[in-house]
Amino acid sequence: MTSPKRATRRVLPGFNLTLGYTLFYLSLIVLIPLSALLFKTFTLTWAEFWTAVASPRVLASYRLTFGASFLAALFNVFAGLLLAWVLVRYEFPGKKIIDALVDLPFALPTAVAGISLTALLAGNGWLGQYLEPMGIQLAFNRNGIVIALIFISLPFVVRTVQPVLEDAEKELEEAATCLGASRFQTFRYVIFPSIAPALLTGFAMAFARAVGEYGSVIFIAGNMPMVSEITPLIIIGKLEQYDYAGATAVATVMLGISFMLLLVINALQSWQRRRAGGKS
Amino acid sequence: MSTTIVRNARAGTTEPTWVRWTLIGLALGFVFLFLLLPLAAVFTEALRKGLPAALEALHEPDAWSAIRLTLITAAVAVPLNLVFGVAAAWAVAKYEFKGKAFLTTLIDLPFSVSPVVAGLIYVLMFGAQGWIGPWLAEHDIKIVFAVPGIILATVFVTFPFIARELIPLMQAQGTDEEQAAIVLGATGWQTFWHVTLPNIKWGLVYGVILCNARAMGEFGAVSVVSGHIRGQTNTLPLHVEILYNEYQSVAAFAVASLLALLALLTLLIKSVVEWQFERDQKAAAALPPERPTT
Repeated sequence: MTSPKRATRRVLPGFNLTLGYTLFYLSLIVLIPLSALLFKTFTLTWAEFWTAVASPRVLASYRLTFGASFLAALFNVFAGLLLAWVLVRYEFPGKKIIDALVDLPFALPTAVAGISLTALLAGNGWLGQYLEPMGIQLAFNRNGIVIALIFISLPFVVRTVQPVLEDAEKELEEAATCLGASRFQTFRYVIFPSIAPALLTGFAMAFARAVGEYGSVIFIAGNMPMVSEITPLIIIGKLEQYDYAGATAVATVMLGISFMLLLVINALQSWQRRRAGGKS
Repeated sequence: MSTTIVRNARAGTTEPTWVRWTLIGLALGFVFLFLLLPLAAVFTEALRKGLPAALEALHEPDAWSAIRLTLITAAVAVPLNLVFGVAAAWAVAKYEFKGKAFLTTLIDLPFSVSPVVAGLIYVLMFGAQGWIGPWLAEHDIKIVFAVPGIILATVFVTFPFIARELIPLMQAQGTDEEQAAIVLGATGWQTFWHVTLPNIKWGLVYGVILCNARAMGEFGAVSVVSGHIRGQTNTLPLHVEILYNEYQSVAAFAVASLLALLALLTLLIKSVVEWQFERDQKAAAALPPERPTT
């Protein structure tokens, strides 16, 4: 098992060059600057750190950020599954355009998404003018945050589930049908278990992206302290008041959470790969 | 006889017509509400006072300098990450070494870091109270609240794009073709240019396109390091924010529609690349079996 690997290393040149450059560039752009953040955090006393990261206003922002991100990612699990299903299984006019449009939130700058959603949902907007008289307010409050987060994290679930559905073996579904399963039972017991890891991965990715989002949210949120102020905005606010220590402390908490989410996503992805590998 | 079996199997693996069309209708409604409507709103708001008013907003000197800075930023950030992406993919895909999984996790890290935190780390490094800020101030070098900081923050947020695209692609292709080239006497560079590059060209274009879109559209990270000096350190997305906050709605949406056009162009190139890639794969699959296709 090890001998072919060794042979590979000997035959193909460039190992030292490419790995060396990768590590150098990674350190320069990512690792050293991130360690600056941790280094700065370690210069704070525990009490300073705690007041910065656990004040009521900051705590309210965590609740809002994680709550809204969770709702948005959960919504996208259903919407994303629906879109992936329709795009893989059915034929309809304009399918290719819809498929391409799904990536719009990745391609459209978040600030543009933010002002455009605000323009739609504000009291004088295309949708807002009908919704507001009915008592539904979707801009400048928490609803707006969830909607912006749904928009920016929309492609994740679609793009993780789509390839799995494409690779799914129709024979299994045929077998289920032949054995007398209804279409719903086939979905519930045959299709769903095979796409569940992908759904969960997509959910985690959407959630991770939503937690850190800033650009689209600030335009639509209203940004009221304790009510509709997200955590990234807290960091910006502290920076604007030259409270570098406080900004750093909150950023460290966010970085820790991002890193944990990244590990969860990696674990989910390897689970998904094992699932896919074990089946064939 | 075979047709009946096929028809029965079909019936078992799809839904009744009314369910199909309900699901398609729901999906289309969702796409319309959440994707098409916001896109349409950008252009409509920009053209609210007619095309001349919208074009006027783009002729402003501040808008021009924002366009220039955005182009410069992308022109530096994308090639840097392109070289890194190719090097990282070569190292990860072509060799086995300890800690490879950890390395790929680290390469992915900038994806999950909040853009605001990404901007902050450069302020902490190069800012007045940062690690090397005092030294930089002595030598009169400005990084944060200046163009280099904007470029650095952009490089950070677009860091994994090209590597992420290339690593799985090069892993799937393996090392057989490169080894054959080396054994036949090609140098490392010849092997890369004539064997590897043609194999990964679509993945490369794909990664560059997405990297470019993010580089030109990044808001959060750039906003932290820019200092918002009009005409000097404003990129297009930051210019949109300033105009919007000054209640210059038409101008803000005019600049925003420039960015939306860029997004549409990105999606178009991306789709074309995907179709080309599929066509190439089909062509490769149609080749005689004695030629390995992967």
